[in-house]
Amino acid sequence: MSKEHTHSDSLQYPDLAHLPSDPALRMKAMESLLVEKGLVKPETIDAYIEKFEHEIGPHNGARVVARAWVDAAFRERLLRNATGAVRELGFIGSQTTDVVAIENTPDVHNLVVCTLCSCYPWTLLGLPPSWYKSYAYRSRVVREPREVLKEFGVELGEDVEVRVWDSTAEVRYLVVPERPAGTEEMSEEALAAVVTRDSMIGAAKLEV
Amino acid sequence: MDGVHDMGGMHGFGKVPYEKDEPTFHHEWERRVWGLCQGSTYPDCANLDYGRHSIELMPPDLYLSYSYFERWLYSLTTTLLSGELVTLEEVQDGKAAPGSAPRTDAAGPETVDPYAHDEHRREIDAGPLFKVGDRVRTGNPHPPGHTRLPRYARDKVGHIHLHHGAHVLPDTNAHNKGESPMHLYTVALSARDLWGPDASVKDKIFLDVWECHLESA
Repeated sequence: MSKEHTHSDSLQYPDLAHLPSDPALRMKAMESLLVEKGLVKPETIDAYIEKFEHEIGPHNGARVVARAWVDAAFRERLLRNATGAVRELGFIGSQTTDVVAIENTPDVHNLVVCTLCSCYPWTLLGLPPSWYKSYAYRSRVVREPREVLKEFGVELGEDVEVRVWDSTAEVRYLVVPERPAGTEEMSEEALAAVVTRDSMIGAAKLEV
Repeated sequence: MDGVHDMGGMHGFGKVPYEKDEPTFHHEWERRVWGLCQGSTYPDCANLDYGRHSIELMPPDLYLSYSYFERWLYSLTTTLLSGELVTLEEVQDGKAAPGSAPRTDAAGPETVDPYAHDEHRREIDAGPLFKVGDRVRTGNPHPPGHTRLPRYARDKVGHIHLHHGAHVLPDTNAHNKGESPMHLYTVALSARDLWGPDASVKDKIFLDVWECHLESA
């Protein structure tokens, strides 16, 4: 590759307006071109979809949270050095190399966003939902988090401190939601089933 | 760059389209775009930060009218065009140019591992300039290129909340001008300092800022 093409300043933005307006057709044309040119293998695409849609996901993050709820020493390690604690469970990975865990309490509510793109802890929570990637969420949540939370059904008192975490680096934030009342007798495994994706972003509170 | 991607604090985008227990993909083509973007061969220049910047460089009207996965597909297309791995004619036709020899080095499915990862932290000799609790002012750069310091958080006074060691600097790495690893901090800013009297006095915004964008305050 010649030198002048190694800088993003030279990125080409050709007029692609005449390509099909249907993104499904644009995708098909691109996939078929890249397969023909030997730039991608269809079975590799299949493997990415399978592994990132099903192997990883909020069930991983839920295991971290449930462990923190039942194991005080683990919770301590998680809050002090989440990268190490998450590594103990084997969940460090793609888009999840450096982790900070932040705990929701009756006094502090944490909420995570990426205003500049849509950074998200893939191996802990899977790929992000559309609302997390929406312009409305990215633009509003740093400015009016309480209004956004109210729309999500989370009403916070004036006395609660709201902390919004904008993921501007390769550090990923995992919210440890409050353990709901009535779960005192539940096993770690049963607790993990109670923890939702949205609660680990800070967009929901948990109930049983 | 002061682009439309830097949307923190902007007005006018309406209600968040919140969907409880939303699926990862809504359409089969989104699934395929995602796999295609992950599994394709890229030019050497296309590191993680370059990839983010390639989306930021989209014309703003297109950025706003495209959905998330359409932006990814556009970024893949322009990156492969820029790296001369495909030509515009081939993209338009959806077919390889006659006589072009296919490559034989595309990644196979056995390479796919969600837990594989590149580290972004680096060991450097220089110690951190700041410690947790220090009052700092964020910089006020407006570079035409890539930066991860959003407009809403520029030239603001807050304090160091966490220190993450040294990390690769996207501002240079996106442009293939070196990793320039430097200390990275989470900085806490008061919501009222950012947004004025309508914000709660209690609320705070935390974001990660590299040392080159911080000074003592």
